Amino acid sequence: MTAPHLSVRDLNVRIPTPGGVLHAVRGVNFDLMPGEVLGLVGESGSGKSVTLRSLIRLHRPPIQMTGTVEYGGQNLLAASDAKLRSVRGGQISMIFQEPMSALNPVLTVGEQIGENLREHKGLRGRAAQERAAELLDLTGIPSPRARLSDYPHQFSGGMRQRAMIAIALASEPQLLLADEPTTALDVTIQDQILRLLLRLREELHMSVILVTHDLGVVAQTCDRVAVMYGGRLVETAGVNDLFHAPKHAYTLGLLQSLPGAGEHRRPLQPIPGGPPDLRSLPPGCPFAPRCAYVTEACRTGEPPLLEVAPGRFSACIHYDELPALKSTLEEVGV
Amino acid sequence: MTVPLSKSTPPLMEIHSLTKTFPVAQSLLSRWRGQPRRAVQALTDVELTVRRGETLGIVGESGCGKSTLARTLVRLYDADRGSVRYGDLDVLSLRGPALRQYNRRVQMIFQDPYSSLNPRMTVEAVLREALSVHHMRPAAEQPARVRELLQLVGLPPEAAGRLPHEFSGGQRQRIGIARALALEPECLIADELVSALDVSVQAQVVNLLLELQERLDLTVLFVAHDLRLVRHISHRVAVMYLGRVVEVSDTEAIFTAPRHPYTQALLAAAPTLDPSRRTAAPAITGELPSPLNVPSGCAFRTRCPHAFERCATERPALLKLEDGPEVACHLYDPVSTAQATG
Repeated sequence: MTAPHLSVRDLNVRIPTPGGVLHAVRGVNFDLMPGEVLGLVGESGSGKSVTLRSLIRLHRPPIQMTGTVEYGGQNLLAASDAKLRSVRGGQISMIFQEPMSALNPVLTVGEQIGENLREHKGLRGRAAQERAAELLDLTGIPSPRARLSDYPHQFSGGMRQRAMIAIALASEPQLLLADEPTTALDVTIQDQILRLLLRLREELHMSVILVTHDLGVVAQTCDRVAVMYGGRLVETAGVNDLFHAPKHAYTLGLLQSLPGAGEHRRPLQPIPGGPPDLRSLPPGCPFAPRCAYVTEACRTGEPPLLEVAPGRFSACIHYDELPALKSTLEEVGV
Repeated sequence: MTVPLSKSTPPLMEIHSLTKTFPVAQSLLSRWRGQPRRAVQALTDVELTVRRGETLGIVGESGCGKSTLARTLVRLYDADRGSVRYGDLDVLSLRGPALRQYNRRVQMIFQDPYSSLNPRMTVEAVLREALSVHHMRPAAEQPARVRELLQLVGLPPEAAGRLPHEFSGGQRQRIGIARALALEPECLIADELVSALDVSVQAQVVNLLLELQERLDLTVLFVAHDLRLVRHISHRVAVMYLGRVVEVSDTEAIFTAPRHPYTQALLAAAPTLDPSRRTAAPAITGELPSPLNVPSGCAFRTRCPHAFERCATERPALLKLEDGPEVACHLYDPVSTAQATG
């Protein structure tokens, strides 16, 4: 079996707030295989973005991170700052949700790509310009050479996201971290960007971790999915398995709450209540207060993430009582 | 579904040639050079009929004018030209008490429940204000009505004394709905009602809307970008692109047999929940043109795979096809067909 590209073990992130310490990520474990697109999904406050940022130690004190993030034989959480700097933006690049706030408004797009080329590839001057134009072309920006001297505000939302991807790719990364890269975009542009990411993954042999709350985006983009709830990883599975036969009551509830076809204007099946408050979590399973399958055992101890079938992990005591899903997938159009 | 929605149902609202532009601030230099002042074309000759008792979904991407349309219909914006008929009323010329009366009958619920509620007013004060302004109930009867409204939207009676920040997003959206319902409206215009909410909470609010619509016999204009949701709750759907309505049809027809090339592209681009149905190529290439500079003729021609000469020179009118849908595309105009084949 091939070795994982990235291994996360017992990752914990604690954020001090005036109302007490917020335990945003609680003991997360996962492996990322080379060339894989892993979707990290969850609702707001589930800890998915905080997890992603911890992988390259983007949190500063007083935020505390513990655990290990093993990459290339090193624990990135304990690596020296110099080492981390060469990995960040080099072997591991990141793209963000809001290209307008992630790009520097007073530097041209060409200069911002050039910065990365100089730092991680040692390219300067004409060679850097040539390569920057190639990168813009790769991401599908028309007349790339002319566009190098444009500022971010001269680009549309979709083009800014392409430019950010071009900057991220300049160092020829082996791992791309994408935090809601298409959430701010229109659906036709989102479609273009997601196809672009999949094409680049093939051409450049990258692995990708995609953080999103959109289950449609997951179904259309990811190979494997990790579902987060209340700061915990509650289920991981191959994308087909997850959408056809979820093994955690939360995943099931999430998929069942979406409108499917053939039930026009019939009531939906919402999950009652709201997401948990990370400052005062219930003692057992964080999903127990909203769960339709809850029993006393769920409320006493927090169930660990266990392998319930080959390659499938679930932190649900009742994983084998959950029905397989068909109706959501039988829709015709959307 | 019991609401009769045959073609003979009298229209509740009839919109003709509705046009709205927003002029853009002009620099001194360009004014001195005598350059014309530019304007965002938010709505261009919008034609739309809303039937009594239906849910009409309005979909499209950013800049398509769907929110501007919603706001123009409740007179938050003044239209440049066109007409809106609501029963016997000429909506765009209403003034004073007549306008206030219309605003009571047609209520808007906003996307962002965080910014559309006054943070210093308790829920009771918010609801009583609505009741007082429109003289719905004398002060003595208001507390009872507040409790009724809270019950209607599924909030506990204790909610009355709390401030907006004490509620979750889904609960705040319920307060927004209660405020709209306080005025016993006939028509609700919901602009991205659940977009700000988490998926698991969205379904709760959608169910509430469906239930209230049946109980109170409401007509709903549901403005949204979530196609899956629009398909679920709408009887008919209007698709907008760059300020124009490009297709209007029954929901099933829109989703199973879309006619306009833009509707087809929009549906193909929406990510389906079935991982086994993936395509390598994007549904459509090209960016949305700027609404400051809308292409001549058909606004979609710059991205349309079927565009031909006539699309650049002549704007397609919204035509009713024989089997029901209304489409603004030269491909479906007999004149073009004759030209193309002859």
